[in-house]
Amino acid sequence: METVTLTIKKTPTLMLEAEAISPDGLAGKSLDQIKALPVHMGREQFTIGEYFDVTGATSATAGETKVVVKGDLSRVKYLGTKMSAGELVIEGNADMYVGAWMSGGKLTAKGSVDGFAGTGMKGGELLIEGNAGNYLGSAYRGDWRGMQAGLIRVKGNVGSDTGYFMNGGEIIIEGNADVHVGTHAEGGKIVIKGNAKSRVGGQMVEGTIILFGTVDVMMPGFKYIGDEEIEVDGQKTVMSAYIGDLGERHRKRKGESVYGKLYLAKAAPADAGASRDARLARAREAKKARFVPVEGTTSA
Amino acid sequence: MAEYLIKNGFVFDPVTGVKGDKKDVAIRDGKIVDSVSSSAKVYDAAGKTVMAGAVEVHAHVAGPKVNEGRNYRPEDKLFGTRVRDSKDTRMTGGFSIPTTFKTGYSYAKMGYTVVMEAAMPPLYARHVHEEMRDTPIIDQGAFPVFGNNWFVLEYLKNNEVENTAAYIAWLLRASKGYAVKVVNPGGTEAWAWGLNCLSVNDPVPYFDITPAQIVKGLIEANEYLGLPHSIHIHANNLGNPGNFQTTLDTFKLAEGYKTNNKFGREQTMHHTHVQFHSYGGDNWGNFESKADAIMDYVNANPNLTIDTGNVTLDETTTMTADGPFEHHLTELNHLKWANVDVELETAAGIVPYVYSPDIKVCAIQWAIGLELALLAKDPMRCFITTDHPNAGPFTRYPRIMKWLMSKESRDERLNTFKHADKVISSTLLAGLDREITFYELAQMTRAGPAKALGLAGTYGGLAPGMDADVVVYDINPEGPFTGEDIERAFTDASLVFKTGTLVVENGRVINNGNKRTLWVDAKVNENAQVMRDVEEKFLKYYSVSLKNYEVQGHHYIPNPYAIEVDATSEV
Repeated sequence: METVTLTIKKTPTLMLEAEAISPDGLAGKSLDQIKALPVHMGREQFTIGEYFDVTGATSATAGETKVVVKGDLSRVKYLGTKMSAGELVIEGNADMYVGAWMSGGKLTAKGSVDGFAGTGMKGGELLIEGNAGNYLGSAYRGDWRGMQAGLIRVKGNVGSDTGYFMNGGEIIIEGNADVHVGTHAEGGKIVIKGNAKSRVGGQMVEGTIILFGTVDVMMPGFKYIGDEEIEVDGQKTVMSAYIGDLGERHRKRKGESVYGKLYLAKAAPADAGASRDARLARAREAKKARFVPVEGTTSA
Repeated sequence: MAEYLIKNGFVFDPVTGVKGDKKDVAIRDGKIVDSVSSSAKVYDAAGKTVMAGAVEVHAHVAGPKVNEGRNYRPEDKLFGTRVRDSKDTRMTGGFSIPTTFKTGYSYAKMGYTVVMEAAMPPLYARHVHEEMRDTPIIDQGAFPVFGNNWFVLEYLKNNEVENTAAYIAWLLRASKGYAVKVVNPGGTEAWAWGLNCLSVNDPVPYFDITPAQIVKGLIEANEYLGLPHSIHIHANNLGNPGNFQTTLDTFKLAEGYKTNNKFGREQTMHHTHVQFHSYGGDNWGNFESKADAIMDYVNANPNLTIDTGNVTLDETTTMTADGPFEHHLTELNHLKWANVDVELETAAGIVPYVYSPDIKVCAIQWAIGLELALLAKDPMRCFITTDHPNAGPFTRYPRIMKWLMSKESRDERLNTFKHADKVISSTLLAGLDREITFYELAQMTRAGPAKALGLAGTYGGLAPGMDADVVVYDINPEGPFTGEDIERAFTDASLVFKTGTLVVENGRVINNGNKRTLWVDAKVNENAQVMRDVEEKFLKYYSVSLKNYEVQGHHYIPNPYAIEVDATSEV
């Protein structure tokens, strides 16, 4: 396996779209050929060489190529988009669409990534050591085909709308998740080891969400069906199982309706409940503060 | 004086009856002429195919539902965005619902120079015209929809054909429309009541009129006016197993009517996207082709023209004024649905659809579309369409031509379907050996649609005096060529002249042409009752005033091409 290293030389003024930077895009090319590949900024086209120092070498195939991208990539989009094999390591923070539509190989982001990482992912492994933004492992805007297969693991927290229209594969979040998890999901599995806020599994038709921490507000469309033992990362746990979202259509398989499944920690420790109450109280105060009645009017 | 001479090409022109002879085509000042001077610019077309510009008889390319499709399907333009061809053109994007610029450029690259927008809601005619204005190169007209219009329903309920005709003439002028479009007659109005009309005899709620009465009345009014095009109908019961009977019932409504027009049009009814209306069986399990029954009738009745509505096996966006059908479709595929009610006039629905070669029904639909064209005895009465974007994007025309012109390509597709055995046993396609010839292709895509639209004197041919829309394709009709060669040649023409201006060279758009908007200016006797009804309806029901309704002026139609019809009579 050969390694090619790209180090960013200057911060792009606008966001730089660098779809070419993936094992598939670079495999079999000489360093000069790589430097000549196009990147886009706004409506202008530039080359990789104008923005990156390129060292090392590539193999003939993507599967035998490792790409390392270094520096502050927080203004670079589409790293590892559509990669099908090989390895990509991002040694810094990156912008949106990291590993979007990837179908194979291994992508490691050592920093944090912005939204839409793993959009429409079809296979492979995406490891994010920092935090992920919104729409992790989701569908593109308007599309109904979210993550199909593969594995996404996030060591930190994730933004909102994780696994929107998820159809398959697995997302493991070791930190906390913001609102909207698995919205419209029709398959796949989302594990949240930290806490969730609200709208977990809204309009979910099929698939699984496992939440080890707390949830601020449950969706009303989920029904408790009993306790079940599940296994995550080799650890077995007994959790409370819910089915839903009961407000949605549910297809039948062998005469039985299929539902989305939500697993919650069986008995949350008392302090978890107390911290949740405190958080909700703060939220209510904040909301009230925004709606202070205008002087001279009466409030009901 | 701009003169061009296209020399030595193999010319196919049904208007002059030229069937692949090596001939020169001469152009002067935007018209085809017999000969040009020695100073004419010469293009060598040796070894290539020369035809007139193609004429699109039915596509949804402009207006509110197309735009809503673009709006609610950002994923349609996710990967297809392209930088511009040349400094005078714009970037393009979108697949099944392309941008206006891509629409103009892609049609032009395929050699199409006239494109009819198939369904214009009159209330949103201004939007339709604004989009057509922004669609470069191609000449366009739009068909306002009449089959569920309250005026029409009220007049025809009382058999008031003259009032219907006067209203049509008024609305064509107000909306700058080209022809009388009928979509699911009565059914779309019934949809406002949560119902539908699935046969020609299902009464429309409240109005108490049947689809049969609407269709017959509109044929009478159309011929009373002597419009260039016949009524252009999308019948009831689209897309359902067993609907071929409804289609035949609809065809029969046109029996006994005589054409009345000065444009050389011979049909009294054009039935569109017949593929969607040629289904046998009574459920999706025993769904089968009835293309033979349909084409037996069409072949025997010269008062009919049809277009095919070929399924292209792509992911696309269905959109139609047949509101109830789109609801039916979203219940089938559970994909997103948009629905609009257009006040007193019509409605529309939009649902994305994936025609998968792995789904038996989709493969049968694909076969039916091809069967219709292959069973047509008179190619001057059967035109190739995809009902863009409903059965597939128009950019797939070259692929349909490949399947029609090469049995080998067609069989290769047919035999590799996931359910090939079931598809073959439910259709006729495997038994059809016909390969459409270049001459027949020119009939189906040029001379035929131009004649049916009443535009035979201007478009679709290479006779002296006609508009100089001339296309050179890089394919030698004397062979040898493969199916792939056909698809490649018809995707990117070598040369396209639009009204005597070279707009496409070697598959690249080099000029935005001189786009015109076609509309029909029909003159009728003053009709006080109809004008009073119009004013009353606008006061009573419409959410806009008449002044904000009519399409007028340079903003909407910078380059009009009005076709005049005089239906006034001695009082």
